[in-house]
Amino acid sequence: MSIEINHISKHYGDFQALDDISLTIPTGKLVAILGPSGCGKTTLLRTVAGLERADETPGADILFDGVSALNSPVNRRKVGFVFQHYALFRQMTVADNVAFGLTVKPRAERPDKATIKKRVADMLDLVQLSRLGSRYPDELSGGQRQRVALARALAIEPKVLLLDEPFGALDAQVRASLRHWLRHLHDTINVTSIFVTHDQEEALEVSDQVVVMNKGRIEQIGSPNELFSNPKTEFVMNFLGEVNIFHGRFERDKAVFGAKGAERDEAEAKMLVRPHDFAIRRARPSEGGIAAEVIRVLTAGALVKIELVDESRNLLYVHQSHAEYVADPVKVQDKVWLVATSQRIFRNGEDWSGDYVI
Amino acid sequence: MIRTDRHSTRFAFHVVVGTLAVLTIAVILVLPLGIIVKEAFSKGFAAWWNALRDADTLSAVKLTLLTTAIVVPVNTVMGVVMAWAIAKFDFKGRTFLISLIDLPFAVSPIVAGLIFILLLGPRNGWIGPWLDARGIRLVFSTAGVIIATLFVTFPFVVRELIPLMREQGTMEEQAALSLGASPWKMFWRVTLPNIRWGLLYGVILCLARSVGEFGAVSVVSGHIRGETNTLPLHVEILYNEYSFTAAFAAASVLSLVAVVTITVKSFLERRIHRKGA
Repeated sequence: MSIEINHISKHYGDFQALDDISLTIPTGKLVAILGPSGCGKTTLLRTVAGLERADETPGADILFDGVSALNSPVNRRKVGFVFQHYALFRQMTVADNVAFGLTVKPRAERPDKATIKKRVADMLDLVQLSRLGSRYPDELSGGQRQRVALARALAIEPKVLLLDEPFGALDAQVRASLRHWLRHLHDTINVTSIFVTHDQEEALEVSDQVVVMNKGRIEQIGSPNELFSNPKTEFVMNFLGEVNIFHGRFERDKAVFGAKGAERDEAEAKMLVRPHDFAIRRARPSEGGIAAEVIRVLTAGALVKIELVDESRNLLYVHQSHAEYVADPVKVQDKVWLVATSQRIFRNGEDWSGDYVI
Repeated sequence: MIRTDRHSTRFAFHVVVGTLAVLTIAVILVLPLGIIVKEAFSKGFAAWWNALRDADTLSAVKLTLLTTAIVVPVNTVMGVVMAWAIAKFDFKGRTFLISLIDLPFAVSPIVAGLIFILLLGPRNGWIGPWLDARGIRLVFSTAGVIIATLFVTFPFVVRELIPLMREQGTMEEQAALSLGASPWKMFWRVTLPNIRWGLLYGVILCLARSVGEFGAVSVVSGHIRGETNTLPLHVEILYNEYSFTAAFAAASVLSLVAVVTITVKSFLERRIHRKGA
């Protein structure tokens, strides 16, 4: 089932949580909505679920497979919603939690007891909790609770699955393993899914498509690879992975970094360089090098992480592969030159591809 | 040696405080209860039984039961509805409403009774004369007793539920709705089970008070024997008439209610603490 979001806005009093959001999610895809806290991502998800009402603006609509769902209440939308803090029914066993959506159906639609029991068993199998059906939620670990919440949402055979920060409350290891598991699960059941996260790694690893949000607006939509390698705005580049930021200014339509110029534009120039896009040189390069001093070298990990300071004592980060590092290992207090092998320049936050000098 | 000294001082301290506590409880709580029982049965079981079988006493018991049977369900339903509205929604005037709920606790029961006389009194009340002209009598009648008791016992259930519901939030309810439950089913299957022990606790307190309420009821009842006397009022009348055995017999029934209430209450308290609901 595809989801089409058209011109959705949402105000809480004077605060605008969503600003004219339009977005289409194709059938069977797993889409991540990524953004910092307060960017409106959860509000958007809750609006799709029907837990929040969108502002009544002309053209605003939410369509499931082309059919408007805007006026149907949450209990008729047939969406599976997984809450950040699980929201399991504390007075019910795991099995009763999973069965809930089936047992509250009107009598005419309700499956018989045996069918419900079978379905609950299937769901618990799916989330690998078959032996915990008779436990109560407070007897489970965080990861187990999250999977019960997922089983409960899937038991009603939802047309779409919405997950609000599904791994937000879990510790790092459980998080990592659950997100791989979620990806596999999605490939098995193939329900159109949206999940909200503030963790860029999670979004890039799990989803088919990432929607980056900021301040109630969509910054960019694309595949994880597209977003990472071709960010359209400074915000997207900054939010997806580590960056080194250099401030500059525009002089006659030319971005100028690190030099003192006479005429300057109002526009602000920023150059963003990923830590792995820096090469370290011992000798001064012919142009565009940044003088820096090594202050820290971390070799424990998949990458060697080097911290440096430039002449104005700004911190810089460089990542090298172990092979690169071993070829010419830098030490603390080494004076080196950094050359950006790839960088992006943004003019007032927007991607800019004109001339520049460093 | 110093250690031992400190230990023995502490031990002595515990003994003194413990003894004081037990003595206080004995003198203030157990002794009066014992005296009631002793006085009630001072002329034997038969006298106690006969005192209870007196027509006026029986009618007082009946009125008390009737009042309780109406007040407790009404205040339970109202309490759940009010607590729900206050705990789960934010609206203008919420805090004011919470303070208003405390009003029956804040004013003296006598004053509460007087409020109703001022409002509903057949001669001088605000709307009393109008009602009186239409043959409706809301004070000095069974209705008056019920209204006064409703007022005085209103806060028990609400006050118990607001913090509980507030703490539980609305996530489970939202989950129930998202799973397709109707609001009604959500209430019965999720909201109510989550608050059941707290609710029962509030109901018990409400019940105890509606059985035992004296002040407000005393003002509005008009003391019509065999008609508007509740059990506590009846105890006072009997006592003023020097019918001690009868007075204490009736009082022993009220005490029994109190003891049962306390027992159930302490059981519920343990239950609430263990389950967090």
